[in-house]
Amino acid sequence: MESYVSHRDRLWLYIFVGLVIFYLVVPMLIVIPVSFSSTTAMTFPPRGWSLRWYEAFFGEQKWIGSLWVSLRVATLTMIVTTLAGVAASYALHQSSFRLSETIRATLISPLAVPSILIGVGIFFVYARIGGLLNTTAGLVLGHSVVALPFVMLTMSAGFSSFDMSQEMVARSLGANRFKAFVTVTLPQVKFSVATSMLLSFLVSFDELIISLMVASGPMSTLSRVTFATLRDDVDPTLAAVSTLMLIVTSVPPLLLHLYASRVRARNGRNAG
Amino acid sequence: MTERKTSALPVQVQMLSKHFGTVRAVEDVSFDIRAGELLTLLGPSGSGKTTLLMMIAGFSRPTRGSIRIADQEIVHLPPHKRNIGMVFQNYALFPHMTVGENVAYPLRLRRFGRSEIEDRTRRALDMVQLGGYGARRINELSGGQRQRIALARAIVFEPRILLMDEPLSALDKHLREAMQIEIRQLHDRLGMTTISVTHDQREALTMSDRIAVFSSGRLAQIGAPAELYEKPESRFIAEFIGESTFLPLRHTPAGPAYGEQVIHFADEVKPAAGEMLLMLRPERLRLVPANGTAGGGKDANVFTGQVQTIVFQGESLLFEVMLDGGHKVSVRMANRSENLRQLPQAGDRVALKLERADARVVRAEG
Amino acid sequence: MANVSIFPAPGPIGQAEFEANRRALERDRRAETRMRINLTLPALLVVFVLMVCPILWLLSLSVVAGDGRLSLENYALFFSEQVYVEMFLKTFMIAFVVTVICVFLGYPVAYLLAILPPAWSGVLMLAVLVPFWTSGLVRTFSWLIILQRNGIVNKSLVWLGVIDKPISLVHNMTGTVIGMVHIMVPFLILPLYASMKAIDGNLMRAGANLGSSPTHAFFRIFLPLSMPGLVAGMIMVFVMCLGFYITPAILGGGKIKMIAQRIEESISLYPTWGPAAALAVLLLLMTAVCLFVSLKLVRWLAAGR
Repeated sequence: MESYVSHRDRLWLYIFVGLVIFYLVVPMLIVIPVSFSSTTAMTFPPRGWSLRWYEAFFGEQKWIGSLWVSLRVATLTMIVTTLAGVAASYALHQSSFRLSETIRATLISPLAVPSILIGVGIFFVYARIGGLLNTTAGLVLGHSVVALPFVMLTMSAGFSSFDMSQEMVARSLGANRFKAFVTVTLPQVKFSVATSMLLSFLVSFDELIISLMVASGPMSTLSRVTFATLRDDVDPTLAAVSTLMLIVTSVPPLLLHLYASRVRARNGRNAG
Repeated sequence: MTERKTSALPVQVQMLSKHFGTVRAVEDVSFDIRAGELLTLLGPSGSGKTTLLMMIAGFSRPTRGSIRIADQEIVHLPPHKRNIGMVFQNYALFPHMTVGENVAYPLRLRRFGRSEIEDRTRRALDMVQLGGYGARRINELSGGQRQRIALARAIVFEPRILLMDEPLSALDKHLREAMQIEIRQLHDRLGMTTISVTHDQREALTMSDRIAVFSSGRLAQIGAPAELYEKPESRFIAEFIGESTFLPLRHTPAGPAYGEQVIHFADEVKPAAGEMLLMLRPERLRLVPANGTAGGGKDANVFTGQVQTIVFQGESLLFEVMLDGGHKVSVRMANRSENLRQLPQAGDRVALKLERADARVVRAEG
Repeated sequence: MANVSIFPAPGPIGQAEFEANRRALERDRRAETRMRINLTLPALLVVFVLMVCPILWLLSLSVVAGDGRLSLENYALFFSEQVYVEMFLKTFMIAFVVTVICVFLGYPVAYLLAILPPAWSGVLMLAVLVPFWTSGLVRTFSWLIILQRNGIVNKSLVWLGVIDKPISLVHNMTGTVIGMVHIMVPFLILPLYASMKAIDGNLMRAGANLGSSPTHAFFRIFLPLSMPGLVAGMIMVFVMCLGFYITPAILGGGKIKMIAQRIEESISLYPTWGPAAALAVLLLLMTAVCLFVSLKLVRWLAAGR
């Protein structure tokens, strides 16, 4: 939409939005300089520079152990959720029963349910059946519930912009369903799949409440340890952790976003 | 794929039905397709022609019935085991592959050797006159080129039969007419049994050996283009293929008659149940002066009426004439100087002459 | 057409073949249905076993009293104990304040996103998306550093002479709201932007041609047309605030208790799961009511055009 108002008339709007963007972007970057501080005081600007908080992070079992838990759980969640989500959204895309709308809504509903509710529910279930509290499998399954809606939404959008007659033509040319999906459909929804993988990884990596409810001790995730430290005894190692988390959670989506928009610009509207 | 013709196969569709709930999209359709012929399924939208094609391709599951290629039943086979080439309405080219990769796709699936794949791909591209386009991207092609690539991809693996779903509907009029001829010529070179779907009667008449016309899920009539045009069985066919106006007939001891006028027909008309109509093709009616001596006798039928309007249409003139019996009919007159010499004017009384050979009876329904 | 096939046309099929075909087609149909079910099943199972069933179970737990009888005493707790009443009021108040501030900050951003040329709006969009993607814990921690007693905000205010000595900005309502707004603003901007993008620019130009001032055109045309997106975004923010955990737990410093923290504490606080379950059910109900009202409201607004 173009506007007919001159830039000068909108000056107040530019200034106001500039301030809001400043509020959104700049504060979260403060953890970066603080993480290189040489003192225990978390002041900005730091009084001196050092890498001691990164050494503290990588030297302490509490942090390293939880980082591995988080990476392992996030990777497995990504695999489970992407496989289940891609399969489900593909099947739902192809059938048009009333029931399939209900199924779709069910698979997206965890998005609308407060995660504390899901966390408590999962805790009660795990506590009752046993064997899943404090396990990788328990964490992965719990995270899958909250990550699945993101995969469903992303893949539904991906499949709906894909022309299904291409898969049909592939089958008429001699490919079975699976082969047609892998050679024709998948390459064209690859951005949606990549986005799904990334989102499910990040949702799991960043997830706190379910982790808080179902795993502790050596099975604590990085987010859980970060949260506990943040609540109980704040120290600048947190700034180093936060800087790492900042990079992990914002840089990959940024790259994917930039890459996808470049490819889209090049290919017209063909990129999934 | 080469100059030698593939051994073409006959196709037989028997008692084929497809129901969506209570909707009968296709109902008990049976017909034979001769080996090597180009058959067009023609009909208005919703007539079931596309559903029928999709059932032959294997993308739509029939409720019951049989489809056989040569003597093999294929109705229960998945699409990839049918060995049928198909051109989709939107071509469905793979945008993530080059032109060459698109055409080579069915060959790769069949695990041909590298040199054979290259060889066949090149020949298929040559055949559709796009040799040297192998490295192009799909989005660099024009509509007509996409159409040809889709065709090349559908024939490169020497399928048993070829299906085309509205293959030309996405092209503009000029290109569409050129492609009709081209597809026809390609078909003659390949000799492959081909089934095409269209809603465009002119396309069907131009391309086909035979045309099967569908109406609300049923086969209305099947025959060569000229046969359908000359001898339609029903009002639906007569209206769908070409133009015509109709006069109601009633049975008399002397034969079918319009009002009191007994009509002389080309063939003997068997009395049939249901209403019968006399079909009048506008170009088969001749305007003669009302008071003239051009009596019909037994070789022609003459109707009298009054000219209502005259429309100039370039190569011809179209007269609307109100018959004395109260029915309006159209008459087309070629725009030739000998016809223009004694042109009737609106309001003039005229007589219309229909040669006995052109008098055809059709059913009012079906 | 001219070539002659070596294959003669097959004869008509018999009743037996016809029956065999019918059975094969029926088998094929079942196989296809089964395949679709199998593809959906893993995802459905995860959500069903780990969300739907637990919530139903919570529902049943919430109506069982400490001694195992069926009763509503877990719910009665909320009305008898002052802490609960205050907690509910506080939760709603915070959710309301955060939503209002989000509208105030987010609407202009979404508006600018919608009217800027694509290149610029792409950059602005990234500035909204990057915080959106960034870990909530990281963002909460940043605010802890910024708003602390000798943090940059306090220092600046003292330096500017606005205040004499540092004031407390964290471990209270102020810090909680600042941190929550920071996390919620993108959730308001994104749906709002989507609905603004769908507004036909010609309408605004037509308004201008008819002599209405830009301000007038905005309030008479653009604002009403953007209402469905605005309402959707607001309800989304409000609902997420109701169940929010991280930010109040950290920036509230244990003083600001919202429902989510109360649910977590109740599990260890009480011998039975009843009270926690009842709180959870209540939160679910409030969420469902909000979403339902929003759905109706958005439909009504959209139909009203």
